[in-house]
Amino acid sequence: MNRYESPLARVGIVLFTMLAASFFALPLLWLATAPFDARVNLTVHIPAELTLDNFRAVFQNSFAVRALLVNNLIIAGGAMLTVATVATLASYGLSRTRIPGRDILVYVLILFSSVVGGTAAMVPLFLLAYHLGLVDTHIGVILVMSGGLLPSAIFIMRDFVDTIPRSYEEAALVFGASPLHIFRDIAFPLVRPGVAVVAIWAFVNAWGAFLIPVVLLRSPHNMPASVALYSFYSEAGTPVHTLVAAYAFLYTIPVLVLYLIVNWRFGFRFFGGIKR
Amino acid sequence: MAQITLENVTKTFGAVTAVDRVSLTIAEGELVALLGPSGCGKTTTLRLIAGLEIPDSGRIFIGDREVTRLPPRERDVAMVFQDYALYPHMNLMDNIGYPLKVRGVPREELRQRVQEVARRLQIGDLLDRRPSQISGGQQQRASVARAVVHEAQAFLFDEPLSNLDAKLRLEARAFLKHLQHTEGVTAAYVTHDQAEAMALADRIVVMNHGKIMQIGTPLDVYRNPQNTFVAAFIGNPPMNLLPCHLDMAQGVLVVAANQAPLDLGLLRERIRVALKDGDSLTLGVRPENITLGAEPGPAAIPGKIYVTQPLGGETLVNVEVGDQLVSVRIFTEELPPLPEQVWLTLDLARTFLYGPDGERIV
Repeated sequence: MNRYESPLARVGIVLFTMLAASFFALPLLWLATAPFDARVNLTVHIPAELTLDNFRAVFQNSFAVRALLVNNLIIAGGAMLTVATVATLASYGLSRTRIPGRDILVYVLILFSSVVGGTAAMVPLFLLAYHLGLVDTHIGVILVMSGGLLPSAIFIMRDFVDTIPRSYEEAALVFGASPLHIFRDIAFPLVRPGVAVVAIWAFVNAWGAFLIPVVLLRSPHNMPASVALYSFYSEAGTPVHTLVAAYAFLYTIPVLVLYLIVNWRFGFRFFGGIKR
Repeated sequence: MAQITLENVTKTFGAVTAVDRVSLTIAEGELVALLGPSGCGKTTTLRLIAGLEIPDSGRIFIGDREVTRLPPRERDVAMVFQDYALYPHMNLMDNIGYPLKVRGVPREELRQRVQEVARRLQIGDLLDRRPSQISGGQQQRASVARAVVHEAQAFLFDEPLSNLDAKLRLEARAFLKHLQHTEGVTAAYVTHDQAEAMALADRIVVMNHGKIMQIGTPLDVYRNPQNTFVAAFIGNPPMNLLPCHLDMAQGVLVVAANQAPLDLGLLRERIRVALKDGDSLTLGVRPENITLGAEPGPAAIPGKIYVTQPLGGETLVNVEVGDQLVSVRIFTEELPPLPEQVWLTLDLARTFLYGPDGERIV
C-alpha cells in the first residue's frame, strides 16, 4: 500500500472505480435480465413477469435464425480456421528463419497494417472482392476478415513460438526429423495454447463483425447475426426491445462458452509469456 | 562408429570469427573434449559437426563421408544438449524413442529398444513419466538414452553436465565415461570445466578465440602447456605466471613484480629460441613446484606471506611477490611455522618459460 495515500484519496479512488465498473456492468446486466422479461425498456430491473416468449418470437424469424446458426458459424469458423492456421505457420516461419532486418520488418509491417486496416481500406477491399468475384460470398468475408486479423494474430503467436527453446528443434533435426515432423510432433503441440488463444480471438472478432459483412454481402440469406439484428427493428426504425434483447442474448452465448472452454483448458495467457 | 575429421574449418557470425581454421581428428572410439572459456568457439565447433551450423570454409568428414554441407539428419550423429532438450509434452518412452519414430520403426520394436536402453541406463521404470516429473539427473540420463537409441556414428555432447549439482555431476561423469567405454563410441564433448575434461577425455582440445591452443592427452596438456593461455587455463589452482625480462649482462631473469633476479641455471640450455637483452618473458610454475624457505638461494625469489589456506591433505599458501600473488601448494597436513619473509624456490626442471608472444620457449 502506498503510505502517502490519504484515506480520503482512497475513498475517492474506490468510488471512481465503482462508477466506472457500473458503467460497463449495466448493459451486461440488462442483457442478462431483459430477454426473460415480458416488458422491456432500457432500464435494468428485475423482471416483473418471467417469460420465454421473447425467444419463441425470435425463433419465428427464420432470416435471423439462419444468420445466427448458419452464416455466423461459417464466417466466424472460417475466419478462425484461416487465422489460426496462417498465423501459426507464419509466426513459426518468422520466428525460426534468419532474415536480415527481420524483427524491424515484422514490427513495422504488422503494426502498420493493424493500424491502417479495416474501415480505411474498405473501398479498395470492396473493389478487390468485386474483381475477384467474391462479393456476396462467405469466402470473401472470411478472407477480408482474416486479412484484417492476421497481423495481430501473428504478433501474438510469435510470442508463443519464441518461447520454445531452439534446442528442441535442433535435437529433432539431429535425430533425423524432417521440418514437417518437427512442426507436427514438437512445435505445434507446444504452441497449442497460443493457437487456442488466437483461434478464439479470431472467432470472437469475426462473430461480432458488422461493417465488413454489410459491405461485402448482398443477399439477406448470407447475412450474419450482427446484420440480422436489424430485422428486430420496427418499420419506423425503432428497436423492439424484447426481441433485440433475446436475440442479443443468444448471440453472445457461443462466445461465452468458447471463452470458458479456453480458459479452462489453457488459461487465458495473452501475449505468451509461458514461463517454464 | 566412425572417426570425425575437421579440415581448416572456419565459421564467422557477422564480424565475429567463432571458429578459426580448426583442424582436428577424433579417432574411432575416442572421446575428445573441447575445452575453453565461454565464447571460445567450442560449442560452435560441435554444432558444425552436428550440421546445425554450416562452415564458411573448410571440410568436415564423418567416417569417409564428407558431410560439410549435409543437413543434420543425413550426418548420422547423436547429440546430448546442455538443457537436455527433452520434449515436455511427451513421456520418456516417446522422448527416447523419438529418433526411432522418425525413422518409421514399428511401435512394438520401438518399445522394446527403448526399454532395453532405458534399463541399461537405469531409468527403465520411469518411461511413462514426463520430463517435468523426474529429477535433473534422470533427465540427463534420458537425454543420453535418446542418443544411445539413435545408434549413430558419433556422439556429440554439449556441456551435458553443467545443469547438475556438484554431487550429481561427479556421478554422471563416471557414468558417462563408463558408458563411452562400454559402447566404444566416438565422441566430441564440449565443456568449460577442466576437471570434467581431464577426467573424461582421451584427448583435450583447448580452444580460445576460435583457435585451437593445444591438443593433447589430459596429462600432456597439464604437464606441458604450450602457451600461457593453456598454462593459465588448466590446473586448479592455476599455474603462476610471472612476467619478467631478460638481463643478458647478469645472465639472469628479472621478475617484473619485485625486480628480483633469478638465476636461470639449467633452464638456459633448454631455451629453444634466440633471445635478446630486455625481452619480456613469462615464467610459468605450478603451485606444487615451488617450495618455501627462510634462506635465499640461486633459484629463489623473495616474497611475503599473504595468507595460508589449510585444505585438509594440503595447504595453499598465497605469497605476495611485489604486487603479484603467487600460490604455493604444500602437501602436508600441518604447515611448519614460516617467517613472514620467505624465499620461493622454483623447481626449474618443471618451470616453463614463455616468449613475448605467449608461446613456450623452454
